[in-house]
Amino acid sequence: MSDLKFSNDHEWLRTEGDTATIGISDYAQEQLGDVVYVELPEVGQKFAAGAQAAVVESVKAASEIYAPAGGEVVEVNAALEDDPALVNSDATGQGWFFKLKLDDAAELDALMDENRYQEFVAGLE
Amino acid sequence: MSETNGTQSVPANTTPLHDRHVALGAKMVPFTGYSMPLNYPTGILAEHLHTRESASLFDVSHMGQISIWGEGAAHALEWLVPGDIIGLAPSALRYTQFTNDAGGIRDDLMVTNADGRLMLVVNAACKDADLALLEIGFRGAVDVAMHDDKALIALQGPKASAALARHAPGAGELGFMRAAAMKIAGADAVVTRSGYTGEDGFEISVYAEAANDVWDVLLDEPEVSPAGLGARDSLRLEAGLCLYGHDIDETTSPVEAGLLWSIGKRRREEGGFPGEERILEEIANGPKRRRVGILPEGRTPARENTEILNAAGEAVGVITSGGFGPSVGGPVAMGYVDAAHAKSGTALGLLVRGKTIPASVVKLPFTAHRYHKN
Repeated sequence: MSDLKFSNDHEWLRTEGDTATIGISDYAQEQLGDVVYVELPEVGQKFAAGAQAAVVESVKAASEIYAPAGGEVVEVNAALEDDPALVNSDATGQGWFFKLKLDDAAELDALMDENRYQEFVAGLE
Repeated sequence: MSETNGTQSVPANTTPLHDRHVALGAKMVPFTGYSMPLNYPTGILAEHLHTRESASLFDVSHMGQISIWGEGAAHALEWLVPGDIIGLAPSALRYTQFTNDAGGIRDDLMVTNADGRLMLVVNAACKDADLALLEIGFRGAVDVAMHDDKALIALQGPKASAALARHAPGAGELGFMRAAAMKIAGADAVVTRSGYTGEDGFEISVYAEAANDVWDVLLDEPEVSPAGLGARDSLRLEAGLCLYGHDIDETTSPVEAGLLWSIGKRRREEGGFPGEERILEEIANGPKRRRVGILPEGRTPARENTEILNAAGEAVGVITSGGFGPSVGGPVAMGYVDAAHAKSGTALGLLVRGKTIPASVVKLPFTAHRYHKN
């Protein structure tokens, strides 16, 4: 099983110490289709859990991305500016969006592990 | 993640090709009351680019096919549209609009003069209203029929002609905006050299029971891949073509929409169509607003309903179609601006999520049309 945690809104989160890397799930990128633009937050911006933190644009629509836990942005994935399709080709790897310094690691308890998330997605089909 | 730009959620009719789409793994979505393929597993980007370099097969059977016939059919239709229908030669087709009394557009359509009839292809969302308009307008003097028993298949792209000609030898010689009866996979088809992508291509009307056979033989050609409504939309946007209900509607006139080319000289002189007062006044004095191409700077797509600002930050219009143009490789849009801001090169701002994105007015289309040269 992976070390990823997932939100109901199809964001994933991977922690290293008190920092979390955030992106969208493989299921989410499949639903969106070809990603053509990602509007990332700025380093230093602070978000509460559930706040809108980024926007991902596919050929057909714009979708909002929410912070799955609260914190301050410490890094964004500049590679998405030139190659937004990384979100499609490697959603949980090179297609990450931003990193947060977490306010409260206890907020992660509200998220799903990968098994529960896969069950959740299966229920949506 | 949540979509801010979703699709409708009404239960759906299906086209005669529904099982083919499902078998191909299409993502089916509700569209104007029909379950339609948004894209196949290759995705919108690949389908769009394949259409521009090879050939794509589209199911557009949701569109309305209506025929009118009998003495005076062309005269009767001219009371409802500003296009020159009386002057439409046998085996020719032409684009026009059903206008309303205020000079707005009820629907846009293609009219083909074939087989002693006028065959109309109208938008799915408008087809019932169009049929009622014709029946009431003609008061029984001209015969009208809706052909729900027919499918419509579009084959579009620079290699469409070569692929179709293997099944219908006359296809290669068919002129642009011309129609002919052909046999494809043993079925009777009415083929027009026309389309909605800016590329060379054909629209093929066949009876529903033959639709699968025609689809199968064309899809079997090495140049041909299936494409869905997603690619159809990005292709027509790059080609600068209007989508009814978005770029044109009951409030926009054909003159504002840049469709003056579709109103023949005789109709401009004689009038005699709904909304002629406004339309002829706008032809004489120019409209107050115009549909223009808009090229956003940078990478951010500006979607429908995005507010357009002038250099002083004042609202001067609104985007009616916008997104990512796969062949352009960046965002593209169309919208209406005040006539004073409609000149190519005019600097504008687009208000996207609270930020102003610089943009400029550009000549349409974004991607040069590559129609068949007769």
